[in-house]
Amino acid sequence: MGQPATDLRRTPLHAAHIAAGARLVPFAGWEMPLQYDGIREEHEAVRRDVGVFDVSHMGQISISGRRAQERLQRLVTSDVRRIPEGGAQYSLLCNERGGVLDDLFLYRLGEDRYLVVTNAANHAEDLVWMRSHGEEFEADLRDCQADFAMLAVQGPRARALVEGLSDGRLPPRMHCCQRTVAGVPLLVCGTGYTGEDGVELLCEPEQAEALWSALLAAGARPVGLGARDTLRMEACFHLYGNDLDPEHDPISAGLGWACAESTGFIGAEAVAAVRARGPELKLVPFALRGSGIARPGNPVLAPVDDPAAPAGVVTSGTFSPMLQRGIGFAYVAAARAVPGTVLQIDVRGTIRDAVVEEKPLYRKDH
Amino acid sequence: MADPHYPDDLKYHSEHDWARIEGDEAAFGITWYAQDTLGEVVFYSPPALGATLAKDEPYTEVESVKAVSDVVAPLSGEVIAVNEALADNPQLINDDPYGDGWLVRVRLTDPAEVEGLMDSAAYVSTLP
Repeated sequence: MGQPATDLRRTPLHAAHIAAGARLVPFAGWEMPLQYDGIREEHEAVRRDVGVFDVSHMGQISISGRRAQERLQRLVTSDVRRIPEGGAQYSLLCNERGGVLDDLFLYRLGEDRYLVVTNAANHAEDLVWMRSHGEEFEADLRDCQADFAMLAVQGPRARALVEGLSDGRLPPRMHCCQRTVAGVPLLVCGTGYTGEDGVELLCEPEQAEALWSALLAAGARPVGLGARDTLRMEACFHLYGNDLDPEHDPISAGLGWACAESTGFIGAEAVAAVRARGPELKLVPFALRGSGIARPGNPVLAPVDDPAAPAGVVTSGTFSPMLQRGIGFAYVAAARAVPGTVLQIDVRGTIRDAVVEEKPLYRKDH
Repeated sequence: MADPHYPDDLKYHSEHDWARIEGDEAAFGITWYAQDTLGEVVFYSPPALGATLAKDEPYTEVESVKAVSDVVAPLSGEVIAVNEALADNPQLINDDPYGDGWLVRVRLTDPAEVEGLMDSAAYVSTLP
């Protein structure tokens, strides 16, 4: 915030957002739609039908060449050898201390060709880091952010809607392939950030408006970053900058499943050490017991019977449209990171009870 | 949500609050602009009956899905009623910000403060 609007980057869909009645806000250096008709309506559209998000602020980095896989493996925490051609994987970028620099999606486009999707706020630094680490494995690293617009189509009807406009079957979850959708050649990825089925579409920026219009005409509802945040919290997906940062390691963040220390990635030793001894703090999802909404930065009090125990802090918090209560994530002492544990959160001076929950916070069969 | 409207019979504070003055009492609420900026209100925690409100100071919070926002007292006074209906239906603040969405009723401690508030036209001229 505070950045003059003129300095903000705009996606190719800027005019389309204004036409759709968007409220635009600064986000990670971009001017992005926060909402169109309202966060709750948009949230419910994705849970019950289908919504489309402009996520063109996200960055892309291509890594290619004979040693691309080795280079990528040195850089990221997951076992990238497990990604088949046309496959996708969630992964993390860590520093030597095991601190998280970014969370990423990896797509294997060909035998020696990978596409890495970064968070907007981290993209430039990720690129510098990736170019200056693992150089013993020579590969071609290219900033592709300007080459792509990115739309996420999410919801129970998302696949059927996109398939109806597509020249072929869509890839299954965690896979990707080239298709032509509404006349626009693009990369279709069976991934998302909402907990619903759906796809993410990467196309040339010049074609984004045609694609957007076709998706809207087919019944997809425009959804802004506000609902993207509430949806991802119900689904228990991390947000970099809130739940992940260089001061937290993947194990504490509950992302040990995305780390294969045996591959020798940068930070593997530090991550292995935390895994072996157990983290001091763990990130947990919680739901407020009564009314009230905890927000990032609200302190989690130490338990009354152990006042010396480490206190905790809320890293994400919102009102869940599906659960109709305050939900969020907090780092708490590992011993308390057990579903059913009651936490006391200081919500701007009012102490409110919250219960540690299982992931995800919202499930279809609720 | 209705279209923007700012009734002529209310007094307005620059922090997007309104006061409906009735003798030495007044009802307070937030303006159409405030509720529109905030988005759908999902939580409102009223002040206690008898609480003392000071002009220009926050006295309660309204929360939307996205954010929490302080509500500033347009005038000084003592809370003599709170809108109980908002506990179950906080979105009344969006649906009817000047009617069913009122927040508190106060007994004014310094009715002369009213002189410092704006009329509808003056307030509207401050909006972006």
